[in-house]
Amino acid sequence: MSCTIRIRIQPQSFDIEEESKRLTQGRSDVGALVTFTGYCRDEGGTLAALTLEHYPGMAEAEIGRIAEEAAARWPLSGLTAIHRHGRILPGEPIVLVAAASSHRQAAFEAASFLMDYLKTRAPFWKKEERVGDRDGDWVQTKATDDAAAGRWQKP
Amino acid sequence: MSLELRYFAWVRERIGSPGESLDVPGDVTTVSELISWLANKDEGYAAAFAEPDIIRAAIDHEHVEHDAALAGAKEVAFFPPMTGG
Repeated sequence: MSCTIRIRIQPQSFDIEEESKRLTQGRSDVGALVTFTGYCRDEGGTLAALTLEHYPGMAEAEIGRIAEEAAARWPLSGLTAIHRHGRILPGEPIVLVAAASSHRQAAFEAASFLMDYLKTRAPFWKKEERVGDRDGDWVQTKATDDAAAGRWQKP
Repeated sequence: MSLELRYFAWVRERIGSPGESLDVPGDVTTVSELISWLANKDEGYAAAFAEPDIIRAAIDHEHVEHDAALAGAKEVAFFPPMTGG
């Protein structure tokens, strides 16, 4: 199955409905569409904003490699990944992953794989801005993210 | 050897620059040797590379291990572990 891969790195927000349509409109072979949206949360009211830094050029290339890997592993008709950079406020979306397939299991697994690898391989870094002008820190890597990506490794 | 270096997140902040073009001595042949050489430049570099094991590297937009050879590299980037998504 040939899979249409769309990757965008952008400062502006995105429309989940529109991106979903792109993967399904005019097609009768799609049986499952899984979308995941990651949002900026306020951490119990303490977070004022996140600033996302990225490595232009490598960010697109790396997500492209991750998406190609997903398309090789599962029978997908389309795969979309959108990641924002710049200053993002609580409640705003940061990342979108959408996977379309004939079957739900492939769509669920591909979307999950893409997110797990995106979090640990794509060159993005989050800096926190705290409420009340308290200096924020760079978000630390979580061991649970590495473990989540590790479970997809082939023996 | 002339290299384009790129720094991101707190590596960039500690060095105080997003990147630079540098002539690297001939005996610096791996990513690991480049880190050691940079760490000796001044306090900022020393702070950025104080814990070399946690620094990630990329050569020409691809992740590499610290034992990777620099031969043929154009752009080498250093950054902390990624926290996107």
